[in-house]
Amino acid sequence: MEILHNVTINHYLGLSTVLFALGVFGMLYRKNAIIIFMCVELMLNAVNLALVSFSKMHGDTDGQIFVFFIMVVAAAEVAVGLAILMMLYRNRHTTDTDTLNDLKG
Amino acid sequence: MLTEYAFWFLSFVAVFSGIAVILSKNPVYSVLNLIMTFFSIAGHYFLMNAQFLAAVHIIVYAGAIMVLFLYVIMMLNLNNLETEKRSNVFKLSAVVAAGLLMTVLSGAIQTADQITLAEKTTGTAGLVENLGIALYRNYLLPFELASVLFLAAMVGAVYLSKKNLNETQA
Repeated sequence: MEILHNVTINHYLGLSTVLFALGVFGMLYRKNAIIIFMCVELMLNAVNLALVSFSKMHGDTDGQIFVFFIMVVAAAEVAVGLAILMMLYRNRHTTDTDTLNDLKG
Repeated sequence: MLTEYAFWFLSFVAVFSGIAVILSKNPVYSVLNLIMTFFSIAGHYFLMNAQFLAAVHIIVYAGAIMVLFLYVIMMLNLNNLETEKRSNVFKLSAVVAAGLLMTVLSGAIQTADQITLAEKTTGTAGLVENLGIALYRNYLLPFELASVLFLAAMVGAVYLSKKNLNETQA
């Protein structure tokens, strides 16, 4: 019960690790480009959680500022990425990543 | 005491809805499960008294990014073309690769010191006032560059969504 009732930095890092590994697993497992995109968001959030817990551990604002900028970049990335997906669907009528092998030698 | 129970509850919600994101057949259910994960992560931010980040997280992710995902799924009408067929070898290797990554990372964590988060629910680092002072005093240049990045992303998204992009390029 000791481990249940005393939340340490390691608990947050463990949760962050699990979420990050889930994101990697989803990227490898799924073929739909939209789901792969969602898994990228999941991985970004895992890193955000680790940064906030480090910031909490040191009682310092810098980690939370980094999280703020990661959110900024994630929002910009989603706007451009989904526009690329729309283009892809308009030209190829699919978002299946296995069919996009034009550059394969 | 209560915060520990809240931690475990939020963690289980986050992990299980994260699994549901990957295993859902319908992309709309994936989006809804991802929103669930984001809300539980926002709950973790609240537990760590990072109030500003919790609010921004809900506004930006649940309010803007996931709505964008839902719009794209709606416009592409992806609901019924889900015919994914992966070979079992591929699925197994995906599981093994992600499992190995998790093993390595958790092995690195286990040797670390167990540091209890000091003044866990009361610290003032995450309050709007302190974050604002840090953001506009020490991080003013990155903050302004972020606005330039947003402008570039907006121009890029609008240009990519133009209907006759191929004709104008040719």
